[in-house]
Amino acid sequence: MAITTQHYLILSAILFTIGVIGVLIKRNPIVIFMCIELMLNAVNLSFVALGRHYGQINGQMYVIFALAVAAAEVSVGLGIIVAIFRSRETIDINEVNLMKF
Amino acid sequence: MSGESVSFWILALVSVFASIMMIVSKNPVRSALNLVITFLCVAGFYILLSAQFLAAVQIIVYAGAIMVLFLFVIMLLNLGAPEALIEKGSLQKPVAVGLGIFFVVLIISSQAILSLPQAVGRPSVTQYQGTVEAIGLSLFDPRQPWLFPFEITSILLLVAVIGAIVMAKRKV
Amino acid sequence: MLEKFNHLFIFPEYFHGIRLPGVVPYIAVLGSVGFILTILPMLIWIERVVLALMQDRSGPNRVGPRGLLQSSADALKLFMKEDARPKNVDVSLYHIAPAIAVVTSISAAAVLPLQNITFEHANGVQFSVPLMAGDVNIGILYILAMSSLQVYGVVMAGWSSNNKYSLLGGLRASAQLISYELSMGLSLLCVIVMAGSLQLNKIVDSQNILPFAGAPEALRGSVMCWYWIRSLIVPVVIYTIAMIAETNRSPFDLPEAESELVAGFHTEYTSMKFAMFFTAEYVAMLVVSGLNAAMFWGGPLPPLNVVPFTLIPGFVWLILKIMGGIFFYTWLRGTLPRLRYDALMNLGWKKLLPLGLVWLFIIAGMNLGTDLLIHQYPGAKQFVPQEARFLEPEVKSTTSSDDFGSVDDNQEPVQYNTPSSGRRGSAPHIKGIPVSRVR
Repeated sequence: MAITTQHYLILSAILFTIGVIGVLIKRNPIVIFMCIELMLNAVNLSFVALGRHYGQINGQMYVIFALAVAAAEVSVGLGIIVAIFRSRETIDINEVNLMKF
Repeated sequence: MSGESVSFWILALVSVFASIMMIVSKNPVRSALNLVITFLCVAGFYILLSAQFLAAVQIIVYAGAIMVLFLFVIMLLNLGAPEALIEKGSLQKPVAVGLGIFFVVLIISSQAILSLPQAVGRPSVTQYQGTVEAIGLSLFDPRQPWLFPFEITSILLLVAVIGAIVMAKRKV
Repeated sequence: MLEKFNHLFIFPEYFHGIRLPGVVPYIAVLGSVGFILTILPMLIWIERVVLALMQDRSGPNRVGPRGLLQSSADALKLFMKEDARPKNVDVSLYHIAPAIAVVTSISAAAVLPLQNITFEHANGVQFSVPLMAGDVNIGILYILAMSSLQVYGVVMAGWSSNNKYSLLGGLRASAQLISYELSMGLSLLCVIVMAGSLQLNKIVDSQNILPFAGAPEALRGSVMCWYWIRSLIVPVVIYTIAMIAETNRSPFDLPEAESELVAGFHTEYTSMKFAMFFTAEYVAMLVVSGLNAAMFWGGPLPPLNVVPFTLIPGFVWLILKIMGGIFFYTWLRGTLPRLRYDALMNLGWKKLLPLGLVWLFIIAGMNLGTDLLIHQYPGAKQFVPQEARFLEPEVKSTTSSDDFGSVDDNQEPVQYNTPSSGRRGSAPHIKGIPVSRVR
């Protein structure tokens, strides 16, 4: 059976959903962060697959920008997590729900 | 079965399994390492989709930089112990999983995936092949819309660097 | 005489019905992996002997002539040792970490350009095939990707050992690796900008030129055409410092500083697993020295294009250059004391990284300036060591919308006689020199 674009889209949907479930059930903000990265990757995969489907390189260009945004997001997000840990000695997502130090 | 479909199925199984292991495992370090496996599989998919440059960048940026940063923070904060954050059993988990399965069925059965509009003509490999030359040429082509976002991205990265330093500094 | 001799290196395309060019990648894989694994004891021996000479002591001298078999004996001992595993380690990660370290460092060697092999088609046309496992068009990115994956072996070893010293060593190693990867990448970018390609094979090719128009053939691809001098020396200095830091060698060997951390991330490893980390370290040294040789020191090119040098095949030159890199490692180890950790980070982030950025600007400006100059004054071509890459000979395109202030329409289209036109591709002859010149 030949691999079509639909295969990639379905796979990307499955990975995205696993990421969503992870965000919903995890309480460790670092793991939640990782799940968000997984969701980003799933979307990137569908971008590239659709780019191939329509014979364009634009899908890959989107992925490059998504990569840069993901890198920026991770550096700031982990900085926030470290700062929260410094001031509260915990990073449980249910303990730090006041959005202030 | 052609080489492409064999590689696809292997990579697909490994990536789905590793990502499920990521959200199942209690230990953040194991979660991170499973996510690395998923990222490597995604790089493999990029090669299958003939986006070679993206595959290399995926490994360098995601596996080589972002995930190392995650591991670093996990180890620095010493959250490696599995019982650092105990997750109590509640209704949250089954509801989340049920909603997730509903969501994936919804996406897969959507009209957009089932009847994907066909491309005009049959695209040749040269049109979408992500070599370094192709990516660079369309990234810096003033007739295409990528040059301005590219410059903005550099500012975004600068802001992120400064923001991360300000956040993580001991005394503000 | 040279032509006759070079004829020995030309292979027929078909041999008993087997198409030989298709076999080349397999030979490259077997050859490079076999070479790397067999040269390792030699490397360790070289390092110990050189270090002993520098410290005025005798070094290994018991097993074999001049201690030559010492490291083989060590390897045998490591094979025979009991594989002890401490309590409370994370079992699966503990076992998998040395494997990751070895696999990533060996697989990075796949794209090193050993030499070109020339084949002769039945109709007499010659073409050359690079002797490498994969001539991918992202060669350097591949090496960088593999070397960034090496972090995982170290981090997993440090974390799974359940030992404070190991964890600290792993953290130090990963911080050092990701810090120095940036300056390494920037120094490589300088060369990539000049060569206009990420393929190591093409980068080597772009060093095989005349230093200036009208230079004698003896200088083609000679030592003054290599990128160490053409990129104005600074990138090669940055790269060399970064490569030593990347491989965690002295004076940047903080991850395994024995006076502070026992042995760093491999404290808890014994027998073959320890040997695998050891192997990974030396293979990584070989690979980064090979990249150094290919990018800055001409790879398989001989230092002068004259007879005694050109008779030696290209891969021997590459190996000689790699051995020079290994000697440099040992030299530094015997000379410099270990840096303090903050000094290491200062050097990486505050000195090498800005210098690399500034130099990238300088190189890019130099390239652009050269192209503009040649475009304005074609006569300036003879003073420039390289041909303009962006301005290929204009083929009478009067509607050229190129950004470099286009040529007047009534002006004759300038026909550049690049001294090396036809160097790339499978053209049989480079202007007077047979392609079979052994690289």
